[in-house]
Amino acid sequence: MTFGMERVSVRLGNVAALEDVSFEAAPGSVTAIIGADGAGKSTLLRCLAGLVEPDEGIVVRPHKQDLGYLPTGLGSWKSLTVDQNIAFVGGAYGLSGQALVDAAEPLLEHAGLTGVGDRLAGQLSGGMRTKLGFCLAMLHVPELVVLDEPTTGVDPVSRVELWRMISDAVASGTSVVMATSYMDEAERAASVVLLDRGRAILTGSPAMLLSNLDGSIVMTSQPANRERAWRSGSRWREWVPAASDLTRPTDAQPVQPDLRDVSIVAALRAADHVGGPR
Amino acid sequence: MIIKEFRELRRDRRTMAMLLVLPILLLIIFGYAANFSVESITTAAVGPQADVVAANLPDFFDVTEVDPSGDASTAETLLQDNVVDVAVDTTTQPPTAYVDGSSLFTAQAAVSVLGRLGGGITVDVLYNPELITAWVMVPALTGLILMFIGTVVTSIGLVRERENGTLEQLAVMPLSPTSVVFGKIVPYFILASLDMVVVTVLGVMLFDVPFNGNPGLFALGAALFLLVVLGIGVFISTVSQTTGQAIQLAFFFLLPQILLSGMIFPLEAIPWGVRWISYLLPLTYYTMIAQGVMLRGADLASLWAPFLILSVMAVLAFGGATLRFRRDLAPESPATPSRPGVDA
Repeated sequence: MTFGMERVSVRLGNVAALEDVSFEAAPGSVTAIIGADGAGKSTLLRCLAGLVEPDEGIVVRPHKQDLGYLPTGLGSWKSLTVDQNIAFVGGAYGLSGQALVDAAEPLLEHAGLTGVGDRLAGQLSGGMRTKLGFCLAMLHVPELVVLDEPTTGVDPVSRVELWRMISDAVASGTSVVMATSYMDEAERAASVVLLDRGRAILTGSPAMLLSNLDGSIVMTSQPANRERAWRSGSRWREWVPAASDLTRPTDAQPVQPDLRDVSIVAALRAADHVGGPR
Repeated sequence: MIIKEFRELRRDRRTMAMLLVLPILLLIIFGYAANFSVESITTAAVGPQADVVAANLPDFFDVTEVDPSGDASTAETLLQDNVVDVAVDTTTQPPTAYVDGSSLFTAQAAVSVLGRLGGGITVDVLYNPELITAWVMVPALTGLILMFIGTVVTSIGLVRERENGTLEQLAVMPLSPTSVVFGKIVPYFILASLDMVVVTVLGVMLFDVPFNGNPGLFALGAALFLLVVLGIGVFISTVSQTTGQAIQLAFFFLLPQILLSGMIFPLEAIPWGVRWISYLLPLTYYTMIAQGVMLRGADLASLWAPFLILSVMAVLAFGGATLRFRRDLAPESPATPSRPGVDA
């Protein structure tokens, strides 16, 4: 079952939080939702999870029984122990006894949470608690799991473990839709949705997005056009559109673009298109 | 720093309301409510001389019932059913004025005025012969304590889910909003019920307050009152984003109950311009039930009105809170329906 959105718009008060957003999340794949702060990532995920209904368009999501959700924050009840969290959420999905143990054990083992069953969730580290939240979201083996920036603020080791768990979920056929602020994570996704002020300005696989980049990216110490350049370490990266007669930097050094470059270029183009601030 | 504080305050409308509007409201409402002086007392006259006594009583006694065929038991029933505060029985010589001691200030005023009439009338204070303040206060205080615990604790319990972000997790789980509300409420209901038993038993033991009525009837009234209180707690949680806001709102709600519920100042002494608020407050009806059952041994036949009103309040508070909570958990129907996967 492919989930996703068709031409979805969401208004929150007077603000267009999502505008005409479409994407598909195939089974057994990761769809990464990226974009700047306030671009609409959380609204998109909340809408996909059924917490916000669209004003226009269609959301295709499974029934609640087959949906998992990890909100921003840590996604567990801090006054309950790890085991009690598992029992509560499992119970809500009709899991108990041996079925619950069978569902929870492999998840907790992959999360490195074996042996901490009697610890309060509130006493776990941020990374451990996020992994517990992921376990809770995956306990009932959902068809679609929606994760809102699960790796933000998590240490590198826990990030690796979380990604291993996400890969396991994908291998079992679950469709994962996750917001992330890390481009290296987005590059691992099967498809990427780049949001800019509520609009999906790029949608597709990372490879496709990279190959469709209009023009090239150069490295320079003296950008020719500051409006198309951005800092990269001690130097600058500059976007040179294909059909452009603009001056290239004198020390321009072509580089292989990455998803971050593609995102920045798309945002620059969108800002040009809507005439907004850069 | 001062400017920053003012800017923050300006955007915190609830605190601003508390700072600017509340003092004025409190002054006006409580200024009028804070009145121990009883202007008139509802009175009955029974027995063969009922008409004569009714005609000769000072104007302070507002004779609303005259029953020449009645006797002492008729008088007591009128007091027990809270129909009047004073009932004069003229079958005795001199006539006996029975005074309802469960209405403390009214009874004190009645005893004082009757005393000034000389020996022409015998005064018999029922239900609280020594006019002990604690006997009247303790039944009402049990309600106030429960209202405080029930409203604040319930609202905080639900707001905590929102603050921790787990409310959204509950919303995506296959749990109905009603079962989430009940799941949250039942533990508080059980604990508050235990509190109720402890507070009432302790009140009776420590202050020697009599318990003359049917404990089952008292428990029923207390349960209805708790439902109202917990419903209001849920309601407060649905309009609060933080624990601080929930506590602030709970106090907005609790403060008037203390002074306007008839617990401290007699309802009869509160002018109608303010008294109508008293009749909107659940503690007013709980106080009627608690004092009626505990002190006067009143039965359901005489307390049906407060029971009925508390039942309606329970349905409204709980229904309203559940509906609002549903809105939090399950968004309104979309303009264009979404497709669950199985139908897609």
